[in-house]
Amino acid sequence: MGDKWFEVHGLCKNFAGIRAILDFSCSLGQGEILGLIGPNGAGKTTFFNIVSGFIAPDRGQVLFKGVETTRIAPYRIANLGIRRTFQDLRLIRQITVLDNVMLSMPNQPGERLTKVFFRWSNSRKKDGENRSEAMALLAKAGLAEEANIAAGDLSYGQQKLLSLVCCLSAKAELLLLDEPIAGIAPEMIRKILKVISSLRERRMSVILIEHNFEAVMQICDRVIFMDLGTKVSEGTPERVRDDPKVIQAYTN
Amino acid sequence: MEYLIHICVLICIYVILAISLDLITGYTGMLSIAHAAFYGVGAYIAAIMSLNLHSPFIVNIGCAATLSGLLGLLVGIPSLRIRDDYFVVATFAFQVIILSILNNWMSLTGGSMGLSGIPQPQILGFRISSHLHFLVLACLFCILILWISLRIAHSPFGRVLKAIREDEIFAQAAGKNVAAFKILVFVIGAGMASIAGVIYAYYIGFIDPTSFSVMESIFIISIVIIGGAGSLWGSVVAATVLVVLPELLRFIGLPGAMAANIRQIIYGSLLVAFMLWRPRGFLGNYGFHR
Repeated sequence: MGDKWFEVHGLCKNFAGIRAILDFSCSLGQGEILGLIGPNGAGKTTFFNIVSGFIAPDRGQVLFKGVETTRIAPYRIANLGIRRTFQDLRLIRQITVLDNVMLSMPNQPGERLTKVFFRWSNSRKKDGENRSEAMALLAKAGLAEEANIAAGDLSYGQQKLLSLVCCLSAKAELLLLDEPIAGIAPEMIRKILKVISSLRERRMSVILIEHNFEAVMQICDRVIFMDLGTKVSEGTPERVRDDPKVIQAYTN
Repeated sequence: MEYLIHICVLICIYVILAISLDLITGYTGMLSIAHAAFYGVGAYIAAIMSLNLHSPFIVNIGCAATLSGLLGLLVGIPSLRIRDDYFVVATFAFQVIILSILNNWMSLTGGSMGLSGIPQPQILGFRISSHLHFLVLACLFCILILWISLRIAHSPFGRVLKAIREDEIFAQAAGKNVAAFKILVFVIGAGMASIAGVIYAYYIGFIDPTSFSVMESIFIISIVIIGGAGSLWGSVVAATVLVVLPELLRFIGLPGAMAANIRQIIYGSLLVAFMLWRPRGFLGNYGFHR
């Protein structure tokens, strides 16, 4: 599908007259990791909110595998295979780590009320399979020992890792990661970056918002620099880094 | 002995009310003040049907649960578009509307005089006549509803309910149709509450609107909070304690009028005490927060 896999055309969004995004377009291929960088208030998170359906754009459209996803409910978009994490780190802190991962899985018969009471053994069986799958994912991420403690009791870095594992358990094809490594220890940063880079081999695509430029240089195939709601520069990480417009925006 | 059985029947009724509200409020985090309204709808439907249509118990309880569930849907769909505090107000409004219908639709509900002479139920030719028979009946329904609730609570469906209580945004991002889950659990809770109402109407044989007032709703909420929001067994324990506690006052020999007021004081102080020192209730794992 190449460039037609994920496309955004002419996105515009104002909040009470204040411009958040103006005529923003981009595209993404399967298995590609795109970095989205720029100063605070550049409209990066607003872009994520529009793609994941939490905010409707004023104008423009988002196409995922040829299907327009603009203005459909967030849960539908999530089930189409676009999953996201949140900058302010959302998880269900009162339930276990394992339950968080299992919660994120799609197509669970046990979530249909009729299947809770009829053909329950079937639902139970599927739930058991999901449990082992979730455990395998947690083990791979190095969180197996913490599987049965409340998610809120994990360290901040582990919680960020967990929110990433939740997206992986969803068998999503496009991940929107909002500052996945901000404010955590270097060791955990390495761990999370390793997980993100490994997605390429699984043909999963990533759009990454991150202020840590070093990390962006390291794992992204392509970078977009945003400022004041528009695209200022786009290209390989090195090209964007050396772009005079980017340097000027930062020095401002 | 009769007296003891009477208390046990009341406990069963309040256990049903508390666990059904716990699904709505404790698990899903929707604070509803309309629970006594659904309880009342069940009681009045059973009374009206058995008095006017002489329909059998099983039919009445089925009709009550279905109609109450439909009412729950009617309240649920518009109410769930609004959030938290506004949901509380919307359910409160529904509670007030139902109570005023019970009080004023004289020809159907008998107004403030209520309905009396509700015949004893007959199940498969067996007449439920003694207190003991009623206790068995109430227990059976109580166990059935507890079983249904436990099954729901421990299923993936219940996991989604907890997620909705803690973080709706995350639940949506995880691909869950939050509105549908909320409406569904509200409808189920409403249906269960009406079953408690049916048992109450048949058991007492006389109903009037005072049993289904806002105070009753608040009493049921107290049971859920004291038992621990999101803990079904906690609701069972708290319902037992809160039904038995005021009865103990009788043995101290307080005059009836005084005992009734002291009852309110006990509930009030218990609520305050739990909020201050044990917000998670008897058996709950989560503080009740919004």
